[in-house]
Amino acid sequence: MRSISAETIAKAVAEAVIQVNTHLPGDIQAALERALSIETNPAARCSLQILAENACIAAEDKVPLCQDTGMIITHVELGQDVRVCGGLLEEAINQGVRDGSRRGHLRQSIVKDPFLRINTGDNSPAVIHIRLVPGDCLRIMLMAKGAGSENMGQLTMLKPAAGIEGVKQFVLKVVREAGGNPCPPIIVGVGVGGNMEKAALMAKEALLRPVGEPNRRPELAQLETEMLTAINGLKIGVQGLGGDTTALAVHIETFPTHIASLPVAVNLGCHCTRRTTIEL
Amino acid sequence: MKTIQAPLSKEDVMGLTVGETVLVNGTVYTARDAAHQRMAAAIEAGDKLPFDPQGQVIYYTGPSPAPPGRVIGSAGPTTSGRMDIYAPLLIERGLRVMIGKGERNQAVKDAMCKHGAVYLATVGGAGAYLARRIIAATVAAYPELGPEAVYRLEVRDFPCIVAIDARGNDIYER
Repeated sequence: MRSISAETIAKAVAEAVIQVNTHLPGDIQAALERALSIETNPAARCSLQILAENACIAAEDKVPLCQDTGMIITHVELGQDVRVCGGLLEEAINQGVRDGSRRGHLRQSIVKDPFLRINTGDNSPAVIHIRLVPGDCLRIMLMAKGAGSENMGQLTMLKPAAGIEGVKQFVLKVVREAGGNPCPPIIVGVGVGGNMEKAALMAKEALLRPVGEPNRRPELAQLETEMLTAINGLKIGVQGLGGDTTALAVHIETFPTHIASLPVAVNLGCHCTRRTTIEL
Repeated sequence: MKTIQAPLSKEDVMGLTVGETVLVNGTVYTARDAAHQRMAAAIEAGDKLPFDPQGQVIYYTGPSPAPPGRVIGSAGPTTSGRMDIYAPLLIERGLRVMIGKGERNQAVKDAMCKHGAVYLATVGGAGAYLARRIIAATVAAYPELGPEAVYRLEVRDFPCIVAIDARGNDIYER
């Protein structure tokens, strides 16, 4: 049994919270550069150039990439041979969120209650998903998710007869309705199968995959490519002002489902989908 | 590129056309959901607004706190559509310019055409870049709202695109 202290976890989370908010992930930076190299719309080109400069300025000025420093979401993979000592795992993560938000001068974006709407003042709590895995490591995939893109997500329970075509039409509908709001060029996370909450969780997990890394199953990788072409055909474009690139990638995740069900969830990530991985 | 100086007259905004890029200079006020809710309540109750909207510019943003030695933190636009329910009330009272990101509804466009106002879009997710164009920031109202307080900002060459002009032409309509 390996011991990892709650303090170590809190420190690592605090660092990660600051890091993701000031440094654009390399895969997204590369994807934005590719988008600029093929873009023909002048307004979109101008926005993409500003975004490239924004990433440099954020790192240089130690200022967040976006003022919406997001809600912190953690996907935790806890090795079965790990014991968290000196505190509770979830409390350690929330302590890290509080410390990182204070030290990184992040915006206070979380309210205590959805109806009363009083700010917690420290960006806690995070949304925490925990999965037990073999081994003695602790892996935390951490995302700072802004509401502009999160608010544009949708879920539907299709009839199995709707099939692949039904899934495609739903994803296109979600992206079309979102328009310029989720800060395109977006990453489109799609969860198909399982049940209601499993589909939603997979749609979020799909955003953690590096941009452009295809699904391991060739037929799903093919579907991702087809969907990306169809989405870019909508010509919503960077910031919704028109142009060639509406999405940088479509990532689809699937899971076994009920004979009567075809759940589909779509979670959109903005052009600044901030995530990082902590390994302890 | 055209430069505009706040505050603006009706004639100033009538001269702006959809798709045109503009650099905004002068004083702009920030307001997002909670501040709009308070201003709408003040109008309803017949109370005074924290600033007279006549000729003014509202920027839909909730900046992150200023790190030591800086004027402001990250300060990009938030989704304007959430303010659609409140915007006509302010446009009726002379608000000339709104800055944000994303589509607006028909009621906002109708008010813009009727009273003479424009909607400018700036680059969402470019909060660090845009912060460098803000040269002063003070809290003007509702300090208890924290990031949702109304700030009075001085901006210099703040880059925007005319997304909806005062004739109702809309860049988002495809």
